[in-house]
Amino acid sequence: MAQPTSRQLVLIKVTLFLAALVPLAWLVLDGVQGRLSPNPVEAITHRTGDWILNFLMLTLSVTPLRKISGWHWLLRLRRMLGLFAFFYACLHFTTYIWLDQFFAMSEVWKDIAKRPYITVGFSAFVMLIPLALTSTNSMVKRLGAQRWRKLHRLVYVIAVFGVLHYLWLVKSDIRLPLAYGVVLITLLVLRVPSINQRITGLQRA
Amino acid sequence: MIIKRASEFKSSEITDKAVYLKRREFLKAAGIVSAGAAIPGLLAARVEAAAQKLQYIKNKKYLLDESLTPYQDVTTYNNFYEFGTGKADPARNATHFKTRPWTITVEGHARKTGTFDLDDIIKPHSLEERIYRLRCVEAWSMVIPWVGIPLADVVKRLQPTSKAKYVQFVTLHDPKQMPGQGGFLGGGLQWPYVEGLRMDEALNPLPLLAVGLYGEVLPNQNGAPVRLVVPWKYGFKSIKSIVKIRFVESQPPTTWNLAAPHEYGFYSNVNPEVDHPRWSQARERRLGDGSFFAPKRPTLMFNGYGEQVAHLYRGMDLKKYY
Repeated sequence: MAQPTSRQLVLIKVTLFLAALVPLAWLVLDGVQGRLSPNPVEAITHRTGDWILNFLMLTLSVTPLRKISGWHWLLRLRRMLGLFAFFYACLHFTTYIWLDQFFAMSEVWKDIAKRPYITVGFSAFVMLIPLALTSTNSMVKRLGAQRWRKLHRLVYVIAVFGVLHYLWLVKSDIRLPLAYGVVLITLLVLRVPSINQRITGLQRA
Repeated sequence: MIIKRASEFKSSEITDKAVYLKRREFLKAAGIVSAGAAIPGLLAARVEAAAQKLQYIKNKKYLLDESLTPYQDVTTYNNFYEFGTGKADPARNATHFKTRPWTITVEGHARKTGTFDLDDIIKPHSLEERIYRLRCVEAWSMVIPWVGIPLADVVKRLQPTSKAKYVQFVTLHDPKQMPGQGGFLGGGLQWPYVEGLRMDEALNPLPLLAVGLYGEVLPNQNGAPVRLVVPWKYGFKSIKSIVKIRFVESQPPTTWNLAAPHEYGFYSNVNPEVDHPRWSQARERRLGDGSFFAPKRPTLMFNGYGEQVAHLYRGMDLKKYY
């Protein structure tokens, strides 16, 4: 689809929006039907966490995909993907504060200060907030494209922190965090100027 | 509250009657009322799925005033990396695990060494039920009615010599049956799984060699056919599917300590004051007690068994010997 019509684009956006809510619907359904393992708090935490990383990876794959395919309209989906990463991050953080810690804020602060995996996870969440707040068209205008772009480069740090958060919390089986790490490194390497140029050249040829 | 699953099929409905009767005799000799796993091959998988009741006495000394974790939770949420690192993996991947015939090899500084059939090791003892708390190092806990025999009685019968200062235990190493032992990274652990206790810990009355839970033969995912239960230590000390017992002079290596020495010590006593380097051990989530929307409960020193075991560690710095 080189260039969808504006009607088609609306359809694509609506479909994506609904699809992005499926993991939540699935989680709620499993919860209602008692299929969240004997440790539901852990299951909710892990599943919302997985989807933050999934949406971060999807957000970061928009630019390379656009370059490789020449489908520039993919850019129009990036904001929604990023906001869904933030949405699942809010659910993940709420699960931790509420269901896991039960608002024992002194414990929460101790965790954030003392446990490196929570420190990086919490930092990533905090960094997502300004990105979500400045995601509107008017905010892009107010900041100016250049400053906006600079600010939104934070997403690279956020993604790295997110993967570290996962890697540092597992006991010994690092296969899944490693897989996310490989995907993230690939997505970052594709942004290295020399490689980036080669892809762009390939697409033009 | 004890949940007993009704046997879906009577053994007599499936097994040929002659075999069934012989089986009853064998089981009577072994002091076990029903243990389908004792005759592999003869029994269809669906019989194995049905309840296999054990005959045991309830030890009144080891009761708890806490509600039991439901059977369903105890048998579907397991850390048994030999069958996969996900909590639900063991229940899925251990269904065809062969638990009979099963032998245990006894080695090292003891008078009675050699390879023994598991049934011969269990036979001289009467099975008893004890209700113990289980505290996982991951900060969740359960309350489980185990059926087994005191480890101390078995150790004494094997007559360790004065040179035996520690007891080492080894889990079966069989990647064909235990898919978690093969493959990429092997779950991050070295196989076979090894664990150990100091001799005085092994001789303490608390540790059980468990062969059942909830009055039934131990499900494969819970460490069948025989596992250790050491209630005052984190769950990973309670080694599963034991094939070797070694009496040794010096502190034996232990699997999680080999994997991450600064996180998991040899002792690994439950201790709310000594945190795991990456998370707090002060509180725990009790599974299956309906406390979903409730704060976690405080973790007890030695998991609440201080009266029975604190003396073993008198004068020891438990921050150093974690």
